[in-house]
Amino acid sequence: MSRVPLPYSQKILELFRNPKNLGRMEDATVSAVAGNPQCGDMITFYLKINEQEIIEKATFESYGCAANIATSSIATEKVKGMKLEDAWKITWKSVAEEVGGLPAVKFHCGILAVGALRRAIRAYYKNKQIAPEWLPKELTFEEKQALEEEELARILEKKMKMAEEK
Amino acid sequence: MVENVRELLKAHEGLKREVYLDIENSSMVPTEVLEAILPYFNKRAYGNPTLTHKPGWEAFEAIMESAQKISGFLGCKSLEEVNFTPGETEANNLALLGATLQTRGKGKKIVISEVEPLSIMHVTEMLTKYGFTVSKIPVDSEGFINLERLKEAVDGNTVFVSLSAVNHEIGTIQPIKEAQKIVKDKNPNAIFHTDASDAYGKIPFSVQDLGVDMATISSYKILGPRGIGALYVKEGVNIERILEGQIGTQKLWPGVENTPLIVGFAKASELAFQNLEENVRHMRNLRDKLINGIFEKIADVRLNGPKGEKRAPDNVNISFLRCEGEALTIELSLNGVYVSSGSACTRRLLQPSHVLVAIGRKFEEAHGSILMKVTRYHTEEDIDYVLEVLPKAVERLRGISGTTVVE
Repeated sequence: MSRVPLPYSQKILELFRNPKNLGRMEDATVSAVAGNPQCGDMITFYLKINEQEIIEKATFESYGCAANIATSSIATEKVKGMKLEDAWKITWKSVAEEVGGLPAVKFHCGILAVGALRRAIRAYYKNKQIAPEWLPKELTFEEKQALEEEELARILEKKMKMAEEK
Repeated sequence: MVENVRELLKAHEGLKREVYLDIENSSMVPTEVLEAILPYFNKRAYGNPTLTHKPGWEAFEAIMESAQKISGFLGCKSLEEVNFTPGETEANNLALLGATLQTRGKGKKIVISEVEPLSIMHVTEMLTKYGFTVSKIPVDSEGFINLERLKEAVDGNTVFVSLSAVNHEIGTIQPIKEAQKIVKDKNPNAIFHTDASDAYGKIPFSVQDLGVDMATISSYKILGPRGIGALYVKEGVNIERILEGQIGTQKLWPGVENTPLIVGFAKASELAFQNLEENVRHMRNLRDKLINGIFEKIADVRLNGPKGEKRAPDNVNISFLRCEGEALTIELSLNGVYVSSGSACTRRLLQPSHVLVAIGRKFEEAHGSILMKVTRYHTEEDIDYVLEVLPKAVERLRGISGTTVVE
């Protein structure tokens, strides 16, 4: 275990100080969570989606570091006014680029943000019981990574607790 | 990347006050120490202390005088027992590797606790690759080592035991004298080492009274310059060098001695010990003012480590629930308060501080932890300022996490 320097970009700092689209959305069509408290990074994404499958409003809440807050903020900005099909195409890399790049150890923050967004989109169609053709049946990279991170944190905590009890 | 950092620094312009509390990770050097050091760079004693000329002899004198002072503060028998190293990490490596190399063949077990600094934890991990076994003694919820378990763990094969005198993260003052007795009763040949970096200049102790074979101390933790520390090695305890090269005045550490830093370490020691009792009282007051103020002003907080006399006088470690630690360090920095966190987000892995996990904190409690250390230079006004800034910072970040994490 060691530390790394974290030279955050100006954009990350700006969004950390003034995040956009922050807060719980009471009239959300759908919401989804990625990460868990064990990871130290957890995002809830709220989407308001209209009949034309356009995202009218997107907000988030984040229990996480500056990179997590900034990437969540960017992701909500990007999807506003987008069709769900287009919002699905947003990748963690494009989010990372837009915040001016992420330190390697913070890639997972961007991945979690996009993971939460995709989970919300999936949940929307699941609720509607529709399966659009463009929506892959298999989990995408960001979704899998989010799952892995959640699992890893749980296992780590368990492992460290067990080592302690030994 | 440095461009990014320049922008980050610009964001700090116009701070009305700055309070540095990250003594755990590095420290400011007070002017009086700096003034003591400076002449040794260019006015005097800039020679190699083993050489036969005036600047060399001056250096020899300065190093010996410094060792003499430090040996006095540590309670050594002689200055020969003080070995300068480039820091705490190097002193701990020297103690562990030097002792285990020396006892090769005599036994293969190392005993440490679960809450040691990484320069102990990681070195023992490395030694497991070379056939050593490591037994880690558990601690209770305040970080105290379990002496019963220590007794069970030490056996005839135990070559080395290392237990910190004061925990670097949560300030637990360990019963080292008792632990030492337990170890020696079970195996008089086992070498007992203590990392006393967080005890030296913070609590009264003497190495002879503790009965330890080796003790690590660090300069920057008492506001001396970085890049210098020392390993006390009791007369008669033999350990091997772990680096080879030109040996000068320091028989366990080759290379040219850094006279200015050694002088600075001695000066910082003098200042710390000059009015130790008064300094301790001052630090303890500020520590408790900070802890009590946080508990009064902020809900859902947990103190990590013990309270009162059992806690190092300078240490404050608190978990803020529903608030991620790295984000909090940045938010505080933007307001001129400099601290560190045991959050995984400041580290390479997802794993938060091993010390906090060992005392039974949940991961989410560890992620929201903040470590602060006060010094004799801090004032009531500094603490008032921290108590003004901190509740706002926590409130803003809890606002961002909103309903995401529900306790």
